Amino acid sequence: MTAPTLEYAELAPLITVFGAAVIGVLIEAFVPRRARHTVQVVLALLALVASLVQVIALAGTEVVAAVGAVVIDGPALFLQGTILVLSIISIAFFAERKLEAGGDAFAPAASSLPGSDEERVLVRERRLQTEIYPLMLFAVAGMMLFPAANDLLIMFIALEVLSLPLYLMCGMARRRRLLSHEAALKYFLLGAFSSAVFLFGSAFVYGFAGSLRFSEISTALTTEIGKEGLLLSGVGLMAVGLLFKVGAVPFHAWTPDVYQGAPTPVTAFMAACTKLAAFGAMVRLFYVAFGGVRSDWQPMLWAVAIATMVVGAVVALTQTDIKRMLAYSSIAHAGFVLTALVAADQTATAAILFYLATYGIATLGAFAVVTLVRDSGGEATHLSKWAGLGKRSPIVAGTFALFLLAFAGIPMTSGFVGKLSVFAAAIDGGATPLVIVGVLASAVAAFFYVRVIVLMFFSAPAEEGPTVAVPSVWTTVGISLGAAATLLLGLVPGPLLDLAQQAAVFVR
Amino acid sequence: MSPTPYLVLSVILFTIGGAGVLLRRNALVAFMSVELMLNAANLAFVAFARMHGNLDGQIVAFFVMVVAAAEVVVGLAIIVTIFRTRRSASVDDASLLKL
Repeated sequence: MTAPTLEYAELAPLITVFGAAVIGVLIEAFVPRRARHTVQVVLALLALVASLVQVIALAGTEVVAAVGAVVIDGPALFLQGTILVLSIISIAFFAERKLEAGGDAFAPAASSLPGSDEERVLVRERRLQTEIYPLMLFAVAGMMLFPAANDLLIMFIALEVLSLPLYLMCGMARRRRLLSHEAALKYFLLGAFSSAVFLFGSAFVYGFAGSLRFSEISTALTTEIGKEGLLLSGVGLMAVGLLFKVGAVPFHAWTPDVYQGAPTPVTAFMAACTKLAAFGAMVRLFYVAFGGVRSDWQPMLWAVAIATMVVGAVVALTQTDIKRMLAYSSIAHAGFVLTALVAADQTATAAILFYLATYGIATLGAFAVVTLVRDSGGEATHLSKWAGLGKRSPIVAGTFALFLLAFAGIPMTSGFVGKLSVFAAAIDGGATPLVIVGVLASAVAAFFYVRVIVLMFFSAPAEEGPTVAVPSVWTTVGISLGAAATLLLGLVPGPLLDLAQQAAVFVR
Repeated sequence: MSPTPYLVLSVILFTIGGAGVLLRRNALVAFMSVELMLNAANLAFVAFARMHGNLDGQIVAFFVMVVAAAEVVVGLAIIVTIFRTRRSASVDDASLLKL
């Protein structure tokens, strides 16, 4: 019996991040506490940058690696690169220590009880949470593997590797810890439930095709006759698992609670990167494995896309908390991506890749701005407190307005080009009714984005309103990068669109 | 060998698990129900592996057991933290996050 060969060169970006995560765990055990924070941040940054360099060096590669279990092709590399860029910026928000007196956004020890003496001692000692960095690296590695998975088993493993650290990270907020714990519990229970549904679906698909490989499942679609029941129930159950991860209606209930309760840097990271990874995996699964039965799954996704856009946009109107509002806006955006996914061709893939990149960067920036607006209780997330922010701090309010305009899809921002390309792809794919609903939902969504902008610039500041904290250079650089990318991709979208177009070919 | 009886059992277990998650109020019981759902999937995988005469499904079952163990670690950590703070593991009490 010969040992299987691994394509180490092509898998290097993944191995780097996984390796660094394991080293991060060892650092927790062996490096003295005082040096730990610095070492962890430097290690995480180095690993992510090294991995990004390797991804860029691999550009253009099309290889089926690891005995067919993983595919390194255009969409996988594009998404891996984007996820890495977004996580490098996230590290900057994680490492921010100037906003919170005596620490970062995370509880000094997640196990200490809220309000206990132990917690007070740890806060007084200015103890810092360092476990968050290896957890984040594991999540990033899972996210990078997810869109590259080429069989059902690897896809399930990647799903769990990215989810389990995120459940924990959600429960680690320094302030409002009960809310944070509750967010972690809800995310965990619903997440584990949806993973189990996903797994049961993949069991049915395996039962139908007799193989876990996407390519062989795709072949079995034409050769296996008379087992359509197994296949379709499998496809449906797997779709539930993936739609849960992207936060599509009716599997969106966790999104607002978790986005609100989690520490804001974690929310930023999770909102941007999980969506990228999950949509990447979804596109590959539906196009490569189930492309032959698209007429069977398209109606389901039509219904989900319409429900997602409408519910996301309409419910966002009633929100009074800025983080919840952004959560519902992210649900609406998942619906916009789904309109292109229904089209199922190369243009659609390119449009989805571009949309995800622009959405991710704007989301990261928007949540980072939320960390800056603070009062005595920590972040002031209630919308009424944001009144008149433009008079107090025009730069911060202006940056936030830019991100909101990008979400709304106003020309000159990246969001406009992204929305245009997904809707164009959907019309090409014959989903014109979906696009009409999409445009209407965008109009509704634009209303609540503009309402926040009006609130910030044209109403009188609240009497005891929040202050805008001055962040360290970490967050400043992160937000500036996000804002610059949002503007630049709106003005000159050509290069990234071309890149997405070239990258949009799946290797089967 | 006909896999049908095993599949029927697997679907029954999965349904019991799913109903448990949706209906029970205790976070621990809901969590146990998720584990039941994972095991139902394992049973289906092994039955299909036997039907197709290859080992892929059995390999999946091993991986799922490892994943389930990891999930227990994460899940119990979260549930125990909540229980120590609130003296309750009921999901109904965790209701601070609302519209």
